[in-house]
Amino acid sequence: VENVRLLDRLSSRKAALGTLYLTATHVIFVENGSEARKETWVLHSQISSIEKQATTATGCPLLIRCKNFQVIQLVIPQERDCHDVYISLIRLARPVKYEELYCFSFNPKLDKEEREQGWKLVDLTEEYNRMGVPNNYWQISDVNRDYGVCDSYPTEVYVPKSATAHIIVGSSKFRSRRRFPALSYYCKDNNASICRSSQPLSGFSARCLEDEQMLQAIRKANPGSDFLYVVDTRPKLNAMANRAAGKGYENEDNYSNIKFQFIGIENIHVMRNSLQKMLEVCELKSPSMSDFLWGLENSGWLKHIKAIMDAGIFIAKAVAEEGVSVLVHCSDGWDRTAQVCSVASLLLDPYYRTMKGFMVLIEKDWVSFGHKFNHRYGNLDGDPKEISPVIDQFIECVWQLMEQFPCAFEFNERFLIHIQHHIYSCQFGNFLCNSQKERRELKIQERTYSLWAHLWKNRADYLNPLYRPDHSQTQGTLRPQMAPCNFLYKFWSGMYNRFEKGLHPRQSVTDYLMAVKEETQQLEEELEVLRERLTNLQKSQINDNKVKSKRQDRSKELGLSTSNNCLANTPQEYSNDLKSFPSRSPSQGDEDSALILTQDNLKSSDPDLSANSDQESGVEDLSCRSPSGGGCLPSEDSGKDSDEAVFLAV
Amino acid sequence: RFVGSLGTIIIKCKDLRIIQLDIPGMEECLNIASSIEALSTLDSVTLMYPFFYRPMFEIVEDGWRSFLPDQEFELLTSVTDEWRLSCINKEFSVCPSYPPVVIVPKSIDDEALRKVAMFRHGSRFPVLSYYHKKNGMVMMRSSQPLTGTNGRRCKEDEKLINATLRPGKRGYIIDTRSLNVAQQARAKGGGFEQEAHYPQWRRIHKCIERFNILQESLIKLVEACNDQSHNMDRWLSKLEASNWLTHIKEILTAACLAAQCIDREGASVLVHGTEGTDSTLQVTSLAQIILDPRCRTIRGFESLVVREWLQAGHPFQQRCAQSAYSNSKQKWEAPVFLLFLDCVWQILRQFPCSFEFNEQFLIMLFEHAYASQFGTFLGNNENERFKLKLPQKTMSLWSWVNRPEELSKFQNPLFEANSLVIWPSVAPQSLQLWEGVFLRWNRPSKFLDEAQEEMISIIRYNKELQAKVNALRRQLAEMETDERMQENL
Repeated sequence: VENVRLLDRLSSRKAALGTLYLTATHVIFVENGSEARKETWVLHSQISSIEKQATTATGCPLLIRCKNFQVIQLVIPQERDCHDVYISLIRLARPVKYEELYCFSFNPKLDKEEREQGWKLVDLTEEYNRMGVPNNYWQISDVNRDYGVCDSYPTEVYVPKSATAHIIVGSSKFRSRRRFPALSYYCKDNNASICRSSQPLSGFSARCLEDEQMLQAIRKANPGSDFLYVVDTRPKLNAMANRAAGKGYENEDNYSNIKFQFIGIENIHVMRNSLQKMLEVCELKSPSMSDFLWGLENSGWLKHIKAIMDAGIFIAKAVAEEGVSVLVHCSDGWDRTAQVCSVASLLLDPYYRTMKGFMVLIEKDWVSFGHKFNHRYGNLDGDPKEISPVIDQFIECVWQLMEQFPCAFEFNERFLIHIQHHIYSCQFGNFLCNSQKERRELKIQERTYSLWAHLWKNRADYLNPLYRPDHSQTQGTLRPQMAPCNFLYKFWSGMYNRFEKGLHPRQSVTDYLMAVKEETQQLEEELEVLRERLTNLQKSQINDNKVKSKRQDRSKELGLSTSNNCLANTPQEYSNDLKSFPSRSPSQGDEDSALILTQDNLKSSDPDLSANSDQESGVEDLSCRSPSGGGCLPSEDSGKDSDEAVFLAV
Repeated sequence: RFVGSLGTIIIKCKDLRIIQLDIPGMEECLNIASSIEALSTLDSVTLMYPFFYRPMFEIVEDGWRSFLPDQEFELLTSVTDEWRLSCINKEFSVCPSYPPVVIVPKSIDDEALRKVAMFRHGSRFPVLSYYHKKNGMVMMRSSQPLTGTNGRRCKEDEKLINATLRPGKRGYIIDTRSLNVAQQARAKGGGFEQEAHYPQWRRIHKCIERFNILQESLIKLVEACNDQSHNMDRWLSKLEASNWLTHIKEILTAACLAAQCIDREGASVLVHGTEGTDSTLQVTSLAQIILDPRCRTIRGFESLVVREWLQAGHPFQQRCAQSAYSNSKQKWEAPVFLLFLDCVWQILRQFPCSFEFNEQFLIMLFEHAYASQFGTFLGNNENERFKLKLPQKTMSLWSWVNRPEELSKFQNPLFEANSLVIWPSVAPQSLQLWEGVFLRWNRPSKFLDEAQEEMISIIRYNKELQAKVNALRRQLAEMETDERMQENL
């Protein structure tokens, strides 16, 4: 479709004229005219909603909201075209078969071997070995080898040695969806462990001997402790309500030596609505500070993030400080349980704070234990009530921790954002389906590529320059504070306003330090070479010409390194496109500005509204195709039309 | 500022720290408490610490003489000759809150200035605040004109500010009050510039709150920051209710607007509120940080604080008397300077590589503005400082700060001179609570400090390597030339 206008969300004047293409996998908008072709690519699978708005004189507006928090506003001249686009996108954004997803057509030009290598990058057997199991207390059980006991569990499950197949099967029958207690994390140092399951089918009074034996076996696998925490991550009310349906929670009287604890993380529906509310706040046009803070509070989003973090902190403390094992469950044990187990593991074990370890963690607690990626992130058309930002919340918890412990993580914010992006993108096969069983049936590993290999290949982009393996923050358990005045939970604009570059810090400390480190490395190499040559020169006479040519090589290299540094000195800040500022004297207002004028007259009567937000966001970086982003062109200074409307208001 | 009970003294400090002392013995405790109380609420300025403080360091440079108006003017004359240094206020006789010398348009003589002073609140006639070298536009500041209800006018005032305009050009007057407030001010003899009398100027009202509202806001914010409750909703609603970040946004927006008028619109600007000693200075000084790379260096920022705050007559002694924990309602108390520092921090956070100084530097200034062993922030204006003989009797903060040992603590390792105008974002998503001040005593700072150290060491190592490589390269080059010479021989 030609002559489509791409609107800038924060400014009505800046619209780009171009052509809209729909391909089998992407929506592509190509801007007209400009020498450097500006393109915006959006994967169909990223589209979260499409809204057709009332036709105006200029055309038919179409609003596309993406799962990676990009919002695209298009105006299509012809109503009929707009309708066609709308209908096509609705269809394309809601595939019904896995085969329609991008990962089945995505080909990064790797051969078969490389692809297989990629899938082997994260190996869970190796990971459990690293933790120290199997050992005297824990073993691999093959009860679930054909997914016979629990179809949402992996085939290889780690259980206490004393738990026989009989106990496991018995216990599984007493648990929702047969998700029996299994090992998630084992702490070598003190034998304490984190296990996970679903809720027991206890109703008001039901008991299950095998389930009680199972919990006892878990407790006994930690000889240093005489009790076991059972953490129900739901609010107490929810758990009690479940009893009426024959489900519920463990009765301390029936299980020997357990301490039972509710944590109170809300369910997926509450979380979905909370995110929705927060995104509405992010989309506000020039909100006041109060609008924003009030909206943020009202969404409850940070409260939920804190609840998840607090649960993780509780468990990490039990394991690290008290040496007590913990069994975690919620209802089905695949959402809140996954969040909480992974936060706790991350706090406990520095390995999970490395790039590789983080991949392993997601693979272990989320992918292998049957977190329903397909349902939660709407990869295929399904029940909208199943959709919920469960892993998004976990990723945000990690970011909040990174803000508090800047040296503790090997990876940077970009790493998290790109993982979030690809959980929704369906470009890689890792997060397809709802369980290991489904993925095996679809032969995902033979037909798609692994995200982890892709990220690993580009790992230089994802490094946290402040990370050092021998740093105190990278050792041992992280112990964050819990009160908001001690642990400042922040709004994550890098994620939720990811595409509004104007809102972010204009210079990135991370990028700067990465460039410095890169230069340092080059200097180290050069130093080595120079030293060598110096000793050679001192020892013997060498051919003068040779040295000369060598020296030229060197200086060339150095030139390169300084130019790299220059690039780093003008980071994103100038990625905003510099629009020439229309010099307007009050007398010569065109139609457009006259409109603003009246608007603003209304506004200025109310002091709270008169402060205008004024950021313009850059559009160059919207390309989803190359998530690592290209270099940004430095320009004179960042284009910002501050309050120009207010100028005209007097 | 303290609550004593049963052998416990709680001392609430101006830097927002709270110290609890448990003292055995009721009587002793009461004695200590009353002593602390008496000593912390001295009546006379001359009894304060700066008058007794004896520096333990060698003075390399006398801070009292570091930033003199003449030097500033010299810099100006190198780029323009349209301005002159006026000594009209030599004995503080024309304007008590102005310094003895001010910079005014060359075409306006002292006689006219005297008349203008009569027409401006507190005699604060328009003076030069900033000259934008890039396009020759200027920013001036003053207090409100005394138009009153019957619309008085003053030809000299009009002539003075028109003298800053290029032929045919327009200027902007940024009034830091809402239109309503400005109109109400007329009843008390104040007012604003009427379009009819200032046809070449456009007036923009940008409301920045005053004294008591700001002080209340600070008290609420600090209370929120000391709330140890684990409740997220409560925290966010208290943060919101304090309105602190709203003030930050308002001030930054007004400053961006002033900067934009100058840099983008190519217009000159006059900034004033009521007295021209508070919100006016916030706007003019922040606009300079946005526009002028010099103000983002340590030396330049110090000079900015001296020019735009100390010499410009911000009443530090009144505004920074008690800080947030004051029980008694101090009428003139207001965190105007702290808000300015917070705004600078917000810009610094958005442009972490463009400032020569770091967050610690700003925190240090906050501390010294409220309580200091140095005389710099004593008094309400140059006049009072002169009468107190501060330069003779006390030590200047700058004498201490500008020594290399101290300076190194305040240097930003990421600094790379950036000669561009820096436009900060004022969207709510971009503004944050200044943890370094408000959560300083609550949050564990260890991890953030470690990050800072790591940053410094990365950069230091890089610099060391650069130096080594350069040295070796030079050595090699020398040896090679030697060798060549030998061969030639």
